[in-house]
Amino acid sequence: MPRPIPVPDELSKPFWDACNERRLVVQNCTACNRMQYPPEKTCLGCGSGKSLAWREVSGRGRVDDYVVVHDSRLRLWQAEQPYNVALIALEEDPGVLFLSNLPGIPVDQVPVGASVQADFEEVTPGQLLLEWRVVSQPQRPAQRKR
Amino acid sequence: MPSATQPAPASMYRRTEGLGIWEHKGKVAAVGIGHSPVDRRWDGKPETSVGAYAIVALRNAMKDAGITADQVDGLVMDASTTTGAEWPAGRPLPEEFVKAFKPGANHVDGISSLSTEWIIANMPELAHVKYTQYGPGCMSNCVCVAAQAVGDGKTKVCLVLKAWDNLEGRYGQGGENAEDTIAGRAAFSNPWGPTGPYLWAHMFNEYTKKYGGNHDQMANFVLNETRNGLLFPEGFWAQHRPEVLTKEDYLSSRWIVKPANLYDCDIPITVAVAYVFTTPERAKDMKQKPVYIWNTTATNPRNRGIIQTLDEGQASTDFTGRKLYEGAGIKPSDLSFENMYDGYTLFHQFFLEGLRFAGVQRGEALDFYETADLTIEGPHPVSPSGGNRGSGRTRIWMHTDCIQQIQGRAGARQITGVKPEIGVSGGPMPTSGNFLIWSATPN
Ligand SMILES: [Zn+2]
Repeated sequence: MPRPIPVPDELSKPFWDACNERRLVVQNCTACNRMQYPPEKTCLGCGSGKSLAWREVSGRGRVDDYVVVHDSRLRLWQAEQPYNVALIALEEDPGVLFLSNLPGIPVDQVPVGASVQADFEEVTPGQLLLEWRVVSQPQRPAQRKR
Repeated sequence: MPSATQPAPASMYRRTEGLGIWEHKGKVAAVGIGHSPVDRRWDGKPETSVGAYAIVALRNAMKDAGITADQVDGLVMDASTTTGAEWPAGRPLPEEFVKAFKPGANHVDGISSLSTEWIIANMPELAHVKYTQYGPGCMSNCVCVAAQAVGDGKTKVCLVLKAWDNLEGRYGQGGENAEDTIAGRAAFSNPWGPTGPYLWAHMFNEYTKKYGGNHDQMANFVLNETRNGLLFPEGFWAQHRPEVLTKEDYLSSRWIVKPANLYDCDIPITVAVAYVFTTPERAKDMKQKPVYIWNTTATNPRNRGIIQTLDEGQASTDFTGRKLYEGAGIKPSDLSFENMYDGYTLFHQFFLEGLRFAGVQRGEALDFYETADLTIEGPHPVSPSGGNRGSGRTRIWMHTDCIQQIQGRAGARQITGVKPEIGVSGGPMPTSGNFLIWSATPN
């Protein structure tokens, strides 16, 4: 599936480099002990610009919610319509959220509440992209009515 | 040549709680209103360009207020006009357009941007404008900046302008959205394909998960907005496509980003709107009844992550509501009607609940939509302007409607179930934007 290819910059390079090593890292503020993603120049919790360090996390999470895109503004995604866009909450701090397409999950059948594990897929030679795989279903798969 | 006019400084916005009653409460008034025609897209002719429409709107506003251009000493506007498609870099401007207008600060001024320099060069009658300022992004920003400027005495008769151009191409599909690679913050979103109303579709899900309810319960709100829009002669649908929407149409419409469907979105258009703001003293000599501004506020929180959460959204709208009431010295039950932003429809309930409009508490808005009378004939009109849904993508109708309702000039849209004494409008987002309180009396 062709996706827009991320171009790392000074701020984001450690994240994308870690992806290439199949590791999930997020910024963590050592002053207020708070994780944040995507990376920012300062901590959005305490405003510190000097206390941010990269921290490796478990890569375990939970499906928080999903929507189904039927009419995308993104050119590369238009051939894939309709497609799932899920939101993943990190195990260590469910306030840290990631986007995912949950490869392999049928459209509009995303198991909200399911446990997921970070995975990495090649988006272009030399760059892996963070993705997530469902590892166990929730007790009762939630399918939303319209 | 960059524009000499600057975006309004931070000191012109009221951002925090605890500021007390606004120092200019009731000392600034909106008087005149001017609208241009509305088009779906620009047809390339000079006379239908966003610049030409801006001039039409400004002249209509002055005429409506019964003033001459030489009385105007201020101009507050937004330099950005594009709804979602830029004029392609390197493409020459149409020859007829170049012949018809003097240039501004930006070479695409009049086509897909505006500057105060362009307006003044092409409206030589505005010879006495001494104060110019940008209120970036939206009319909501412009009206709050203009209100503060008049209150501060920087201008006594101020034109407030917001214009939008809709060029060829589908909304939002150019620029980085069309690229194979993606840099900056969007590198953390575009690879996974979120788009359009995605954020609000997600927040709507979180909302219904927390409080119950479903998308069908939006129908009465959307139908009410559509109806009000068709009663707005200045609007797109009333002028070009007077189509009545049924509940079945709404419920069976195609998804854009499920749970947001086609009718939860607005339609991009070309239009310009201008107002005349002034002091109560100067308003006495003008043609229309003044509508007094009681407070303005700006809300611009930083959210924690990749997407705004329901908690963050609700905290923001509550914050906006508290600040509006504090600065105006009023309470929720003082509002006669509400005209908060709606483009996308799926977030309007956050505004209603943040304002506690008609007593609606957190989590109650969908039931309110389904069971209450939202109409202009009812006791608590919801979005009498019809908003973006009802009249096209401008983020402006809500302000025009507040002024017209209080002046008693809303025509077929005039609210009748309640006396239109105090209204509220603003946007663009529930989570961030500029908002104000309008009143029929100075205090
Ligand atoms: Zn911190």
